[in-house]
Amino acid sequence: MDWSQSLRLIAPEETLSVAGLVLLLIAAWGGDKSSRLISILAVAALAAASFLVAPALCGGAMGPDTSAFFGQFRADAFASYAKILIYISAAASLVIAPKFFDRFDAMRAEYPVLVVFAALGMGIMVSAGDLLTLYIGLEMNSLAAYVLAAFLRTDDRSAESGLKYFVLGSLASGILLFGMSLTYGFTGTTSFSGINSALSSGLSHGALFGIVFMLAGLAFKISAVPFHMWTPDVYEGAPTPVTTFFATAPKVAALGLTMRVMLDAFGDQAAAWQQIVIFISLASIVVGALGAIGQTNIKRLMAYSSINNVGFMLIGLAVATPQGASAMLVYLAIYVAMSLGGFVAILMLKDENGNFVEDIPMLAGLSRTRPALALGLAMIMFSLAGIPPLFGFWGKFVVFQSAVQANMIALAAIGIAASVIGAFYYLKVVKIMYFDEPADVVKGENDIWHKIILVASVVFISPLGYLLTKWLGGLADAAAAALYFSL
Amino acid sequence: MSGFPILSLMLLVPLAAALACLFLEAKPARNLALAATLLDFALGVVLWANFDIGGAQWQFTERVELFSGFSYALGIDGIALLLIMLSVFLMPICIGASWKSIDKRVGEYMAAFLLMETLMIGVFAAQDLFLFYIFFEAGLIPMYLIIGVWGGADRIYASYKFFLYTLLGSVLMLIAMLWMANTAGTTDIPTLMAYDFDPHVQTWLWLAFFASFAVKMPMWPVHTWLPDAHVQAPTAGSVILAGVLLKMGGYGFIRFSLPMFPEASAYFGPLIWGLSMAAVVLTSLIALVQHDMKKLIAYSSVAHMAIVTIGLFAFNVQGLEGSMLIMLSHGLVSGALFLCVGIIYDRLHTREIDRYGGLSINMPRYALFFMLFTMASVGLPGTSGFVGEFLSLAGIYQVSTWATLICATGIILGAAYMLYLYRRVAFGEQKNADAAAMADLDVRELLMVVPLGIAVLWMGIYPESFIAPMRADIAALDARLAAAKPEGDSKVAMGKEKPVHEEVSAHEGAH
Repeated sequence: MDWSQSLRLIAPEETLSVAGLVLLLIAAWGGDKSSRLISILAVAALAAASFLVAPALCGGAMGPDTSAFFGQFRADAFASYAKILIYISAAASLVIAPKFFDRFDAMRAEYPVLVVFAALGMGIMVSAGDLLTLYIGLEMNSLAAYVLAAFLRTDDRSAESGLKYFVLGSLASGILLFGMSLTYGFTGTTSFSGINSALSSGLSHGALFGIVFMLAGLAFKISAVPFHMWTPDVYEGAPTPVTTFFATAPKVAALGLTMRVMLDAFGDQAAAWQQIVIFISLASIVVGALGAIGQTNIKRLMAYSSINNVGFMLIGLAVATPQGASAMLVYLAIYVAMSLGGFVAILMLKDENGNFVEDIPMLAGLSRTRPALALGLAMIMFSLAGIPPLFGFWGKFVVFQSAVQANMIALAAIGIAASVIGAFYYLKVVKIMYFDEPADVVKGENDIWHKIILVASVVFISPLGYLLTKWLGGLADAAAAALYFSL
Repeated sequence: MSGFPILSLMLLVPLAAALACLFLEAKPARNLALAATLLDFALGVVLWANFDIGGAQWQFTERVELFSGFSYALGIDGIALLLIMLSVFLMPICIGASWKSIDKRVGEYMAAFLLMETLMIGVFAAQDLFLFYIFFEAGLIPMYLIIGVWGGADRIYASYKFFLYTLLGSVLMLIAMLWMANTAGTTDIPTLMAYDFDPHVQTWLWLAFFASFAVKMPMWPVHTWLPDAHVQAPTAGSVILAGVLLKMGGYGFIRFSLPMFPEASAYFGPLIWGLSMAAVVLTSLIALVQHDMKKLIAYSSVAHMAIVTIGLFAFNVQGLEGSMLIMLSHGLVSGALFLCVGIIYDRLHTREIDRYGGLSINMPRYALFFMLFTMASVGLPGTSGFVGEFLSLAGIYQVSTWATLICATGIILGAAYMLYLYRRVAFGEQKNADAAAMADLDVRELLMVVPLGIAVLWMGIYPESFIAPMRADIAALDARLAAAKPEGDSKVAMGKEKPVHEEVSAHEGAH
């Protein structure tokens, strides 16, 4: 393994780093006037990075050839799959942002730069082959994310959300770091493969504590119950494009990272952490569903919905098989599309003065005043609820299929029964839009980019999505195989 | 006809029309919906005409490996053929029933109905386990919207109850399906119908499927969503709900529970009988005291469906054929009865029985048809209701005489509540002036009830047309169930034929 090979493997990261630094310089000299140009360049950089990672994904790259810097960094199919989702989410969050921030006269040149750095950090997270790489990626992403949450400086809620995210996120990082130090102490190495082989003779109590603390820290990052409290507040307070970003890219990155740590470093110790993950997943499903019922703010509702969805994805992790990992990846792709569509639809809800409408009762009768928007949002709601024939059903289907294949019938049965609770609040949104008398609040005009992203995601989650199942399943299988190969 | 994807075409026609209706004004949407449903009915007739009775078990099969994990596989046997015919026959009538009574958001309404038609045909034509599940579950969305947007005063509660009740019922079925697909290694329904699952596991699988189909059917005591949904749904919604959606439960039993889990079905047979007996008596008594016409017919549906389940779990040819015929007959008759209620509801805007009276004086044609459907619901010989109920009860008699005794009281109670309803609505004095002033059926309404009346009489007088396509399939199912069949308590034995010459000589001796 020589340096040139390693440098070649991290080409997407190099692209994003250089792009981020150059854009920062442009921002420093060009000021906020240049924000449009910087956004376009940032999207171009993300697209370039996507093209750079695509071959590894399509080729199903795995094994020693994908390992850079002596195993610290892995550019395999798994990382590429996650990175593509992250870059798409980041690009979408850039595209939808200007119209939103213009309204508050707050479109600053830093926004695209921060998103690029966050995407870079997330790319490092999912490629991590070592606890230190993991931590560097995580903190790089988090630092950018804290600033993004508080980006709307004039809005108290945004500042509050940034502060909350920062305080709680630092706490979680601390817990994670503590778990990592325990793991290092009891295994004597920080590399995932080293930990794996060190634990092959058995799990000491100290290392077990290491796993528990690391899981707690990671559960915070993926906003799984019982570490989910920050999510509704941060989602509600952060500017909507940033919320869109939070609900998609960091979710993918943190889940990818969790999969790497659990299935790779602690892969042979599945029996030790499976119970914890089962609890976290069922608790997330139930709390996410029950918590959402009383919400009147649609962004808070989507926050609980994301907690609920993470619970379903964790079923795939609890199964601890390649099928489970592949199912999680398929679910992630569908979840990203649903979340992007959902938040873009929320961005499109504006009253006649252009103010953003977030109150669910204000959506009453939307199907009569804005039928296309209501149809899109209703399809996303049914899809999030996992009702066939919408594509959201497929995510749940593959996850439960993997659970049944691993003979975890009880987990699957409880999980799917709890999904009915979740259906209730999604139905409530549809009911308000379709059954109630029009409140006639939503009237504002919308940006073409918002429409394009909404239509694209709605088409993806429509029954047409099933035509992609073979292709998507093949990519996810290759990615999961790469994850398991590095064992 | 071989090779032409007629089933896909039947799915595509209403789907395409549904998408088009979303963009149309009220008048063209109505016309397009009617044209599409009539075209689909014509395709259905072609389907029946080309169905080779006594030929291969699965006909018109199509299979494309479109998806990962399951395939787009369609195909029908006689049972599915008849239920598809029922669906495509009722759909134009539903569109006709909504012609005038629906005046807001017509395009969306027609789109929902046409989507519903696609999904219903899909349920009956699907030959893949998960394709079936997708069609089966997807039907919730349009029905939820139909009840919620165009329903009556209490529609929100009814729509939630309908959706969540049926969703909870079917999610467990999905887990059972995943297990089956994993164990048997295939999602192909015909293969699974011949696959022998471990009898211990069968009980769990059976219960998971039962949870779904019992709610859909609906069986007592999980029937409570039905009266709410029926009462609040618009007329056409009730017609399609009673006519076709309830049949999905019975179809599920006949396609999945019985052939795939024969041992478990026999094991749980007494449970089904018990629930059916309770349902027949209790819901008939409840129907007797209803003041709301739609509620009365809804409860009568539960009672009729109980006779379906009792026939299905009789494990013999008579019972199975009887159940299928009741399902078809009930699809026509309850649909027609809801239509009759809808016709007078459109005029007076109330379903209160006491607000009507003496309609036979001012609406003689209406009274005639209402009488025909009432009698068919009671099960008068010559109408469709009789054939099915008789066969079904004859089937269960071979297995359990007690169940027969109690279920047969349902026929008597059925006669009581239906005739009582008819007397209060059509006979007696015309105590309400506004009801007395109502006009008789117009041409549109006649066009809806006359075909239904003809079909009811046809099925009552010459049921062979309907039994013939499914005879081979029922026989195959009976053979599949033969090993697990429970022993009956009636000990039916063929009577010995007396030698003819003895009788003759006895007569001679008397001379």
